[in-house]
Amino acid sequence: MKNFKINHRTISWLDVLDLHGELDAHTASQLEDSLKLLIDSNKSNIIVNCRELEYIASAGLGVFMAYIEDVRVSGGDIKLTNMNERVYNVFDLLGFPTLYDILDDERDAVEKFSSEV
Amino acid sequence: MKKTATYHITVEASTRNLAKVRDFVSNHAQAEGFSPASVADLCLAVDEAYTNIIKHAYKYDATQLVKINLEFNNNEICVALTDSGDSFDKSTYVEPDIERQIKDKRRGGMGVYLIHILMDKVDYNTSTDENEIRMYKQRD
Repeated sequence: MKNFKINHRTISWLDVLDLHGELDAHTASQLEDSLKLLIDSNKSNIIVNCRELEYIASAGLGVFMAYIEDVRVSGGDIKLTNMNERVYNVFDLLGFPTLYDILDDERDAVEKFSSEV
Repeated sequence: MKKTATYHITVEASTRNLAKVRDFVSNHAQAEGFSPASVADLCLAVDEAYTNIIKHAYKYDATQLVKINLEFNNNEICVALTDSGDSFDKSTYVEPDIERQIKDKRRGGMGVYLIHILMDKVDYNTSTDENEIRMYKQRD
């Protein structure tokens, strides 16, 4: 079975989750745990960097759907960056680009968060 | 004359097997000459169908089995998944409204929607003891 891994780091006041591998109904709980942990510690400015994310199924998208409202209510956001074309395509098929900030590069997300303060 | 090839696996209904199921589909579809984009579509459609069986037909009972059949001919592939759990009632299916679901913190409904977008044709067959979803995709 291929691995799915999440690495957490911070860029000043922003939290960044780096996703690696394949995000499906088996691995989605790991992402759910990581997001919950951040939200429970009142972290609501989150960048999810998908540079190393090779695959996503709807179970993965479901995790973002379940938590975005909590984060936005507390004045933050989850911004998604660095998706490969195939991963972006799945988000696009479901209409996510009009509802989520999906940016080409992590730096764009950092700038956008800074301009929103 | 039609060139045909059929491949089959039976797996326990557990999300642990998702990567294995995707690999099974991907290896055969690639070997049959499907493009990387079509292989990706097939893998995602099968992933979604298999996940729905685990969740809805078998309610996470990992002792149950799912049969997966790949049939290739000159024109297309047909992927069939068969289970013996609760059947899917198409008449109750509602297309997902992502914006609404985000507000309500609800997920779901996306798998069936994706399957229908990614594949050229989808049929559901239910008998007294088995459900089958047949998903067709044309060769590139």
